[in-house]
Amino acid sequence: MEKTLKKYFPVFVLPTLIAFSFSFLIPFVQGVYLSFCNFTTVGNAEWTGLNNYKLAFSEGQGFGKAFLFTAAFTVVAVITINVFAFCVALLLTRKLKGTNFFRTVFFMPNLIGGIVLGYTWQQMINAVLFKYGVTIVSNPKYGFIGLVLLMNWQMIGYMMIIYIAGLQNVPGELIEAAQIDGATGLQTLFRVKLPMVMPSVTICIFLTLSNSFKLFDQNLALTAGAPMRKTEMLALNIFDTFYGKNGYQGVGQAKAVVFFVVVAAIAVVQLYFTRRKEVEQ
Amino acid sequence: MKHRAGKTITYLVLCALTIAVLFPLYFILLNSFKGKFFISKQPFDFPVGNLFVGIENYINGLTKTGLLQAAGWSFFITILSTALLILFTSMTAYYLTRVKTKWTSALYFLFVFSMVVPFQMVMFTMVDLADKLHLRNPLGMCILYLGFGAGLCVFMFAGFVKSIPIEIEEAAMIDGCNPLQNYFGVVFPVLKPTAITVSILEVMWIWNDYLLPYLVIGVSTPYKTIPVVIQMLVGTNGNKDMGALMAMLVLSILPIIIFYMACQKYIIEGVVAGAVKG
Repeated sequence: MEKTLKKYFPVFVLPTLIAFSFSFLIPFVQGVYLSFCNFTTVGNAEWTGLNNYKLAFSEGQGFGKAFLFTAAFTVVAVITINVFAFCVALLLTRKLKGTNFFRTVFFMPNLIGGIVLGYTWQQMINAVLFKYGVTIVSNPKYGFIGLVLLMNWQMIGYMMIIYIAGLQNVPGELIEAAQIDGATGLQTLFRVKLPMVMPSVTICIFLTLSNSFKLFDQNLALTAGAPMRKTEMLALNIFDTFYGKNGYQGVGQAKAVVFFVVVAAIAVVQLYFTRRKEVEQ
Repeated sequence: MKHRAGKTITYLVLCALTIAVLFPLYFILLNSFKGKFFISKQPFDFPVGNLFVGIENYINGLTKTGLLQAAGWSFFITILSTALLILFTSMTAYYLTRVKTKWTSALYFLFVFSMVVPFQMVMFTMVDLADKLHLRNPLGMCILYLGFGAGLCVFMFAGFVKSIPIEIEEAAMIDGCNPLQNYFGVVFPVLKPTAITVSILEVMWIWNDYLLPYLVIGVSTPYKTIPVVIQMLVGTNGNKDMGALMAMLVLSILPIIIFYMACQKYIIEGVVAGAVKG
């Protein structure tokens, strides 16, 4: 059977492979090469070695600052989203009436795209700040808080669904046993429920982590980095380097490679954690 | 007694959260019916009396942005790309799972690897290549989406194909089916649940995607998609029409809400399945 199937390679694999080469394989290889070159278009590249990487980390590029802003935002977003989502999931697994309605409503923001969401929140935050005579771009703090609020609003529902699925899989006998042994509500939560949903916690933490770290649309729509590029995240910084000033494409590509390495490192850590969990079970 | 109090508090918290979740949507809906000069000064007032302008903002916004046309192209690109993705990547995943050589393993690894790479890494070189290949149009976009979506789709389909017993296919082959008849007659029907999950993930991604259509199709062609049009409305002119913006935000969210209400169950299940596997 394998032999006859092999002859059908052009039908089964080739269309996907061609599209995959256009969007990913060729651009990726070119991208790695070009990060060591000076260029304005792919055709006029000149090898400059590690120069782009040196420039990428130089003071004026704002890459380091964007990195710090992104890291700070990611830490705050991951913690707040997961704590809130877990609490909401606890409320919704108490077998109350109407649970389904709340679940449906809370999940909905997750479907709306980043650009549309970003402007909706920008308008609303500006409306609140109007009383004080400022806007969201007056102070980088507002932009930071705005981003955290927006991401919480968008992702809590999504994470909540994953936590609910995890909590529903905790065997009822286990909780009953704990209660018979005289465990208080908090003890059951921390000693029984939480350890049992650790796989869901791992999934949610890494989902929020990579979503927050790679954030682009929401950042662009909410503040576009203003004021003075102080609320600029990594993805937006890279975008601005590519398309903002001519002649800096090589630096942009070098930044993109660094960005890719960090994202890949996060993914490898995630793989390590999920694999380890699978072995234990 | 204590139990009942706990219940009431839970409901109060849940209702407060519901209001918090729905408030931003209420806010843009409210202001979309308000005169543009009142929006910044009285953002939370109800549109009555001289604040109310009827559907003026909607008409202004639609004539200014061409949102309806953008919605048409968004539909076209989303549906065609998703269809191509489901058809071709499921076939690829099937082939890569059933034919075991070092080449198929390497290819599978590349697909999985592409999921980790952020878009910024390939965006400049990809646009350049798309330019040379004349892909900077709606049909070309669908081909590019087939390539970008391939990683996750192949990964998810392959996971499911592995669980299909090979015996049913062998029976079909003995009956004289060629691999294509076998695939569409026996394998593809079994893949249907995964196909639904994958299409929901892809539809949501492509419909909301901003950067790829912005870079590939650009702002000066008639083929703009909804996110590109919204970004243009705000991003370009300093003297922006807030009323039109509110109205266009409402119109952009509306199709998503309708889609969500129509296939809510599949969407939640699909997204969770995608999260757990991806």
